[in-house]
Amino acid sequence: MSVDVRKLDTNEYFYGHKACAGCGGSLAVRAALKVLGERAVAVLPAGCMSAVGFNFPQLCFANNAIISMFAGTASMLTGVEAGLRRRGITDFHAVGFAGDGGTADIGIQALSGAIDRGDDILYICYDNEAYMNTGIQKSGLTPFGAKTTTTPAGANIHGNLRPKKNLFEIVAAHDIPYAATATVGYLPDFLNKVEKASHIKGTRFIHVIAPCPTGWGIPVSDTVEAAREIADCGLWYLAEYENGEFTLNRDPKQFTSVEAYLKRQARFKHLTDDDIRVIIDSRDKKWAKIRQNWKTKE
Amino acid sequence: MKQYLSGDEAFAAGIRLARPEVISAYPITPQTIVVERLSDMVEDGSLDAEFIHVESEHSALSCAIGASAAGVRTFTATSSQGLLYMAEGLVYASGGRFPIVMMNANRSTALPWNIYGDQRDSLALLDTGWIQAYAQDAQEALDLALMSYYIAEKEDVSTPFMVNLDGFILTHTYEEVDVPEQADADAFLPRYETENCFDLEHPKNMAFSAGPDTNYIFKYKEHAALLRAVPAIYEAEARFAKIFGRRYTGLIETYRTEDADQILITLGTIAGLSREIADELRAQGKKVGVVRIRYMRPFPTQEIADAVKGAKAVAVLEKDISFGAAGTVFTNVTSALQAAGIGIPAYNFIGGLGGRNISHKDIEQIFALTERGTERVTFIGLEGER
Repeated sequence: MSVDVRKLDTNEYFYGHKACAGCGGSLAVRAALKVLGERAVAVLPAGCMSAVGFNFPQLCFANNAIISMFAGTASMLTGVEAGLRRRGITDFHAVGFAGDGGTADIGIQALSGAIDRGDDILYICYDNEAYMNTGIQKSGLTPFGAKTTTTPAGANIHGNLRPKKNLFEIVAAHDIPYAATATVGYLPDFLNKVEKASHIKGTRFIHVIAPCPTGWGIPVSDTVEAAREIADCGLWYLAEYENGEFTLNRDPKQFTSVEAYLKRQARFKHLTDDDIRVIIDSRDKKWAKIRQNWKTKE
Repeated sequence: MKQYLSGDEAFAAGIRLARPEVISAYPITPQTIVVERLSDMVEDGSLDAEFIHVESEHSALSCAIGASAAGVRTFTATSSQGLLYMAEGLVYASGGRFPIVMMNANRSTALPWNIYGDQRDSLALLDTGWIQAYAQDAQEALDLALMSYYIAEKEDVSTPFMVNLDGFILTHTYEEVDVPEQADADAFLPRYETENCFDLEHPKNMAFSAGPDTNYIFKYKEHAALLRAVPAIYEAEARFAKIFGRRYTGLIETYRTEDADQILITLGTIAGLSREIADELRAQGKKVGVVRIRYMRPFPTQEIADAVKGAKAVAVLEKDISFGAAGTVFTNVTSALQAAGIGIPAYNFIGGLGGRNISHKDIEQIFALTERGTERVTFIGLEGER
């Protein structure tokens, strides 16, 4: 089963919101809802998408939707799913859309709990690599070297000193029925993963890269291009975890330039050649492991 | 049917009769027995509910809010640090007008760590928009489990409800309890029907943001709804008396207050000992009485004023202190007296923190000090330990 983009639902389920121009997060939400349809019941924690979409009386979801507590996306999804099921409603999708901080930091406990219980929910993490809603602060998914307002780049410290948390494999380690990575730069791949996840029972998780032009320091027209380049240069990968196995969906013969990807973004402008070498080394180590241990499927 | 049950077990029996559809809870002493019994009931099929093993109190309430937003009756239970951990969810549930029922086993809060009973946990969260009731025995705990849903779910109330049981003293003490028949419970408590939930045919955006202009209106409505719990409580009790034959007395319960000179105002299980001592002092010719506060929210402002208006002085005994001020119950009571223009002396007695026993002698002394006059706030029984 795959999504035919030419036959994609022409209805809009997330519109009229106040997201910044070029917002990758709103693109991920909008596109995923076109796959899941009007019977999606969406849970969004405090964060960008709830801040831009739920301003009474301007409420921007055409499907059922609710804001959860910041740490409570997964636990509220659990309650929503159980409650609707108890009402005898079966043909719905309980779906969460939480940012990187809401997922990998404050929400990881609730997410782990939901996966552990095997709750029948789809959790989508739209990753813009920092707390963008509060003004670009470092999260657990902020990559090494990135300048944020809490990891300033100066003469002494060159931005964020820690690598991006390995969220996909942390989730997979729960032996979740389905987990995947994606990027809004390769939208058909993302939509296919949403569609596939929607047919699987139990907890499902998709981690989608969703650039934030405001926080990344790129032109608003470059969102999709940057989201594609992150995968092309090997700083992101498209993969799935299913039936206890990792599968690499796309194995580029040759990576595009990491330096070019970094230097197009203001948040990485300060990086030295040494910093970039560290990033490339860590990329190569990661890919060596992936290629050795994961199945490959083009 | 008469059964020999602890407070926790009686509450669980009441919750089974209320037929919640989703229960989400995390264990904490001295609440655990409630969730253990409910788990047993789900296992043996006598309770048809989803029991969700959440990984924290924060998730327990978050899950209950989600289930309530899906339109079903929900239950959770906690205590002490657990209640504080879910504090964010308390304002969320009340702001969203989700009529969740929670049992809180009143327990001391850290530091120092202590698992025994006092009321600082729930009283610290008095301003979170929940109805707060305090039970004095296992029978009242069971009956409140049923009545709480009736009151919370009334359409014009639609406010979450916290039932407080003194940790160990009530949660773990066995008493004879009359457990109603399911048919009577069903006659008392209608099925939960609400429009404050998702609708697959007419989708809704819930738990939204509201800016400075409208936020204020939502908050006013929340306040008005909590005040409407007052008639709902009286209505629930009248209906309850008709079906089960047990009568409750609304926001407060008075004991020998009509001609009393000194009145002790308190809440929870300690009211029982207070009444005994009042009887003993009455036998000695002292005109004393007791007011037991049953509901801290909505607060019995008028009821307390009416009960104490003929007295010469009042004492407030509570297992709570708002550090740097006085006990929270005292602050509320003195505000009620002031509102009614009652100028009699009022004294605050703090006792029972961390489960320390409040003795027969302590209560005699409270009455004596109230007659004689004393400091505004007194930690009882602290002589030599200051």
